[in-house]
Amino acid sequence: MPEAPPDAGSLEPVAGWGRHPIVPGRVTRPEHLGLPADPEPVVPRGLGRAYGDAAVPARLGGRVVESTRADRIRSFDADTGRLHCEAGLSLAEILRVFVPRGWFPPVTPGTKFVTVGACVACDVHGKNHHRDGSFGSFVERVTLLTADGRLVECGPDRERELFLATVGGMGLTGLIVEVVLRLRRIETPWIVLETQGMPTLEVMLEGLRLSAAHWPYTVGWIDCLARGRDVGRGLLMRGRHATAAEAGARRRRSARRLRVPLDAPEWLLNPFFMRWFNRLYAWKHGRTLRRRVVSYDRFFYPLDAIADWNRLYGPRGFLQYQCVVPRAVGCRPVSLMLERLASAGAASFLAVIKDCGPASEAYLSFPLEGTTLALDLPYRGEATESLLHELNAIVIEHGGRVYLAKDAVTRAEEFARMEPRLREWQAVRDRWDPARRFRSGLSVRLLGDPV
Amino acid sequence: MNVAFVGATRGMGRALARRLAARGEALFLLGRDAREMELSARDLEARGARVPVGHAALDLARPEGFAAALDAADDALARVDALVVTGGAFGSQEELARDPARLGALLHANFTGTVLLCQQAAERLAARGGGLICAFSSVAGDRARRSNYLYGASKAGLSAFLDGLDLAYRDRGVHVLCVKPGFVRTAMTAGLPVPPFAGEPDAVAGHVVAAMDARRHVVYAPSIWQWIMLIIRSLPRAVLRRVRF
Repeated sequence: MPEAPPDAGSLEPVAGWGRHPIVPGRVTRPEHLGLPADPEPVVPRGLGRAYGDAAVPARLGGRVVESTRADRIRSFDADTGRLHCEAGLSLAEILRVFVPRGWFPPVTPGTKFVTVGACVACDVHGKNHHRDGSFGSFVERVTLLTADGRLVECGPDRERELFLATVGGMGLTGLIVEVVLRLRRIETPWIVLETQGMPTLEVMLEGLRLSAAHWPYTVGWIDCLARGRDVGRGLLMRGRHATAAEAGARRRRSARRLRVPLDAPEWLLNPFFMRWFNRLYAWKHGRTLRRRVVSYDRFFYPLDAIADWNRLYGPRGFLQYQCVVPRAVGCRPVSLMLERLASAGAASFLAVIKDCGPASEAYLSFPLEGTTLALDLPYRGEATESLLHELNAIVIEHGGRVYLAKDAVTRAEEFARMEPRLREWQAVRDRWDPARRFRSGLSVRLLGDPV
Repeated sequence: MNVAFVGATRGMGRALARRLAARGEALFLLGRDAREMELSARDLEARGARVPVGHAALDLARPEGFAAALDAADDALARVDALVVTGGAFGSQEELARDPARLGALLHANFTGTVLLCQQAAERLAARGGGLICAFSSVAGDRARRSNYLYGASKAGLSAFLDGLDLAYRDRGVHVLCVKPGFVRTAMTAGLPVPPFAGEPDAVAGHVVAAMDARRHVVYAPSIWQWIMLIIRSLPRAVLRRVRF
């Protein structure tokens, strides 16, 4: 029962996973989520895996409330998989506690180091989006601490508008305090994985489409450095939870996490090295279909095996860009983007491609029925930003949008053209937070909030 | 193990209780805030502790309530065979130096209260053939430094007591573990400047559980603090006078 000193928050640099931009903020990490007594703007934050400025304060020294210490499980129903928890509980903890008992997160992004609150706020999606939709579809209730200091419960069946504005609302409708969600039953912790080399973008998209019918998890990796007739070349991966018979007597090895100890020099990730890396990778794999059984960590979270991998991109950090374009427009926008990236040279080395299922009703939820493309770009100042604005133009032209959890450079006018439901969402936000108590770097940049 | 746990709701105590829960131990929570203990009890049950996890009131500043609290734990767990005390008071040197009431309360809880509780529990455990007492002291008790000698003094006394308790009760079957955490990132230390080698609560908890199993009498966590404190303990006084930490 230690008595903590009154916590004014320590001033520390705050950044997203891409480490650009970095803004000093006053960070509190309470064991009970609450709002500071003063009326200053607050940005809610989880484990800091959003790449851009979604969980970065709107102004220098702005307040940040980090949820990671509010991580208690309130209840779990072993018959239905219904989990009631505080918002700071991470998917990593959920996996650690519940996988041995045969339960799995219903939707997971590419890292397990995310909080449940952030999964709601970003309405994250995963390799099963084509079949199961995004995280919000498995959420029964959200307890929100709103700007006026009230605890409000919302869900699909109560305060529905607030719920739809909160799912994917980037933490801007209130502080998510507790969440009730449904976990998925699994027979084993193992994944049956099939991989196959794909010679072109068309073949990749067709492969994703055909796999979707039978496989709950699908995704493709595209070699962005391939040129000419090889544009769009890559690897298709599809998986499903293994049955006990398929898993056999496998035992989990406790993998030691590697750590990137310092900022890598910028020349390390150069196109020359990476082109050979990608070529060797593609060459080794060829076109053959390979099937094996792998751990869920290996399948869902390959990068989590390396702590602080974001430091590989050097001291200037990097940008991640993810967009989605409707299926109806075909693969043209994707190949346009890949060509643009290839001609920009040092741009991206690897892109992740995935087909999405129907869009959610949540106003600002990212996925829509179509193709999503995600890539990393080392941050090299103005050149990188203008490249992304060019990609944004392609996305807007084809009726697509970008994923706010990754975004750091999109402009307000671009976002307004991507997001037809923005006005409705703003109306709900006006009702619950007229003074913009909840404010972030992202909300200033994209929604015109005052600094 | 059937564990009576003081301080399981917060920080390192929360992390340690969860580690014990994951092993399927039976836990009974003791503390001041019933609502907090209720929340942690449900959390620990969901994480694998034997159901139900109960709780009862205990305030380290009120030794007159200790017997009743230990009785309640005995009733709930059939028979307690381990007592863990992670709870305690904390204050910055400046606050404690200028507020005698606060200093008195801290010394009373961290030293007097914890000693009286552990002594009483040791007698009970010895009478029934043995058990474990694990209490959290601090590296701050290893050597006085100007920046935290008041908090450090309460922990120095506690460390000495636990050291002796282990000597006195080991052959009666009671194993005493003194945990000396270095700087650990918790809500308790929020706002303090973070020194090098700062630890995380879950890593500390893993260390403590291993030390319980190995029946050690003292454990530093993170373990590097054992070597840091070896150096700090051997610094000549002239050096300590000069440095500001």
